[in-house]
Amino acid sequence: MIGNFPYIAVIIFIGLGIYTLMFKRNLIKIAIGICLIENGVNLFLITLGFRKGAVAPIYTLAPSGQSMVLPTPQALTLTSIVIGIATTALILSIAMMIYKHYGTIEVNEVRRLRG
Amino acid sequence: MKEMSKIVRNVTNLVYGFIIIFGFYIIAHGHLTPGGGFQGGAVVASAFALLLISYGQLNAKKFLNINIFSLLESCGLTMFIVVAFLGLGTTFFYNFLANSGSWFGNMVIPGINPGDMNTAGVLPLMNIAVGLEVFAGLGIIVLLMADGAEFTKKKENS
Amino acid sequence: MNLSNHTPILILAVPLLAAFLIPIIGKINKKATGIFATLALGLSLVLTIILAVKILSVGPQIYVFGAKSSLLTLPSGLKFPIRIMFQIDAMGIFMGLITALVSFLGAIYSLAFIDKKDGSDSYYSLLLLLTVSMFGMEFTGDLFNFFVFLEIASMASVSLICYRGTDLGEPVEAGFKYMVVSSIAALMVLFAIGIFYGEYDVLNIAAIASVVKYSQLDKIALGILVSVLAMKAGAVPMHMWTPDAYSEAPAPITMILVAASQASLYAIFRVVFSLYNITLNTLAVGWIIIIFGLLSMFIGVTMAIIQKDINRLMAYHAISQTGYMFLGVGVGLAVLANPTALQRYGITAMEGGIFHIMNHAMYKGLLFLTAGALFFRTGTRNLDKMGGLAHYMKYTTIFFIIGAAAIAGLPPFNGFASKLLIYESVYKFNPLLSIIAMLVSILTLASFVKVFHSAFLGPKLPQFKEVKEVPRSMVFAMAVLSCIIIFFGLFPDLIVKNLVHPAVMSLIEQFKYTSTVLGGM
Repeated sequence: MIGNFPYIAVIIFIGLGIYTLMFKRNLIKIAIGICLIENGVNLFLITLGFRKGAVAPIYTLAPSGQSMVLPTPQALTLTSIVIGIATTALILSIAMMIYKHYGTIEVNEVRRLRG
Repeated sequence: MKEMSKIVRNVTNLVYGFIIIFGFYIIAHGHLTPGGGFQGGAVVASAFALLLISYGQLNAKKFLNINIFSLLESCGLTMFIVVAFLGLGTTFFYNFLANSGSWFGNMVIPGINPGDMNTAGVLPLMNIAVGLEVFAGLGIIVLLMADGAEFTKKKENS
Repeated sequence: MNLSNHTPILILAVPLLAAFLIPIIGKINKKATGIFATLALGLSLVLTIILAVKILSVGPQIYVFGAKSSLLTLPSGLKFPIRIMFQIDAMGIFMGLITALVSFLGAIYSLAFIDKKDGSDSYYSLLLLLTVSMFGMEFTGDLFNFFVFLEIASMASVSLICYRGTDLGEPVEAGFKYMVVSSIAALMVLFAIGIFYGEYDVLNIAAIASVVKYSQLDKIALGILVSVLAMKAGAVPMHMWTPDAYSEAPAPITMILVAASQASLYAIFRVVFSLYNITLNTLAVGWIIIIFGLLSMFIGVTMAIIQKDINRLMAYHAISQTGYMFLGVGVGLAVLANPTALQRYGITAMEGGIFHIMNHAMYKGLLFLTAGALFFRTGTRNLDKMGGLAHYMKYTTIFFIIGAAAIAGLPPFNGFASKLLIYESVYKFNPLLSIIAMLVSILTLASFVKVFHSAFLGPKLPQFKEVKEVPRSMVFAMAVLSCIIIFFGLFPDLIVKNLVHPAVMSLIEQFKYTSTVLGGM
């Protein structure tokens, strides 16, 4: 039961991220919501690779006869973190441009495209 | 943004070189220790962010030049793709330098050992290319956002 | 070095290298960036045609990255493939041809449409990156590779939508909406990929297809994948980003964005047909896809009739035409388990749906390019302010008539061919669906008659006195699309027998996808 705790944390992260995305009106808070969802998914990927009683998957000076944690999810998570940085930088730059044009970053006042 | 106090600027002058060297160490040893291109590049870019904050945006523009960063970024990216193309004799991305005895081409000794830097073929070259690209790219992002913050602060004050 | 083995990767590597070299070239000479990008995309188009001829005659092609030979999927006794590979069958190369053609024509159109401001070298670099990512989504055989290309596509397209955002505020707002939707979509795709990896320990699509058991976790992953990829493709309950993004982007980028949405549609078909193999409950999932199609068709066209902005109107029509593709392939999926019904009308329905993908890319691209031509010369997108433009822009009027007739499904153009296939076969499945489809087609024709009347007919207006015809490269791009529309309309048999039918067969024969990689298991 205690081994399932990371998965519960993943669900809490993604839930909080979706709540922030849907109900908050400030553009920066929406960007934070996207970061929360992304952190939740990265945590999920890392937790998948865990094996009980194993060591880190590095090959220099590693003890022999021991099982290792799976290294593939760590590579997937690294790629996802890099993509997350680019996404966050792009969203924050877009928020800065909206502030430059409209002087406010509340979603209700910025919205011009309707219908 | 204004520059920070004299103590902060002095400590920055002492420390930023070590941060950059530490970042390059992480990039270069990516095939042996945890780390690699992206992680090392992010550390080097944090040194640039430190310089930007402690000297203020107007002063930092004198020694952090966006055009040079842009050129470095393109060079890093083209180096990555050209190294991938060089293996096209067999397949794309083929590791043609591994176990071949030339540059980065020693055989890997199995078992417990401290790790030989001269191994793993094409990987250190690609790590260096990616590290170059990442620190230049993140440096450009930080500099342009500082420009944007300056612009909006001027607009707010006027 | 046998270059013809390396064609799958050269289709991606040449535009990628060009995208990275363009900022360096842009510092020397600004005008050369556009020509360089067009040459790279032209080379890509030639290589795609060569690869298509090879696949349609020989069979599916595989390309393994970094292995000793490009076909070595299972090195030295391993049971599952461990390297990233490209696996291109007839359906993949069908989508690849659409992408190559649309990107090449978009780059030619951009040579005149984008004036040489500061950011024009990053425009071409991002256009090449968007093309590379679309090719990657359509050719790859590895799930995580698909996620990476999906993210590259969403970031490149957001940057291109915000291209006019230095002066105006609306493109930036549209870009923000699209960025939020794309981020959620891609992260949920990664979540589903994580579920697959945690269960089966492999990331290769063919390898998962050979060991998938339709367990509870797999059903959750199916639900997430189908709904999220339908959100990226513009299906109806999740279509809110489409009118904003398609109307505020520059016109050639909208044409390429339509092809990018269709790449997500291809991903749904690949997941539902090949990834889940024979374990899927085809009737239930087929009906869900049919419901997406019906909603998209109907709501798309009814929202389109009331629009005043020409680009938003065409964007709503893009949603409604996507509904036709969902309907055709959904009917084919629903009868997949039933061999007699499959032979009678299932295969025809899928042929109609998949042929409609290519037809839609052609005529919707042409319509967006004509709308861009109108905006380029008159500076407005509002239909109330335009009028009498047929006196000044003769070529654009002819191309608009061809595009509008094609989308409404009038006979000598290609829309009629694919819509007739869909009507006939869907009628045998359930007559009500076919009647709704025909009703939507009539409403499409009505709204395009309205656009033609407002924009082109009428007396000469004094404020448009200096309006001339658009530059030559834009006319060339529109003319190529019109010729393809007329050719497909006059000889649909050729295209269906040689291009569409092998694509449908490669989706239906599910065992072939796994046996190409795993060698006859």
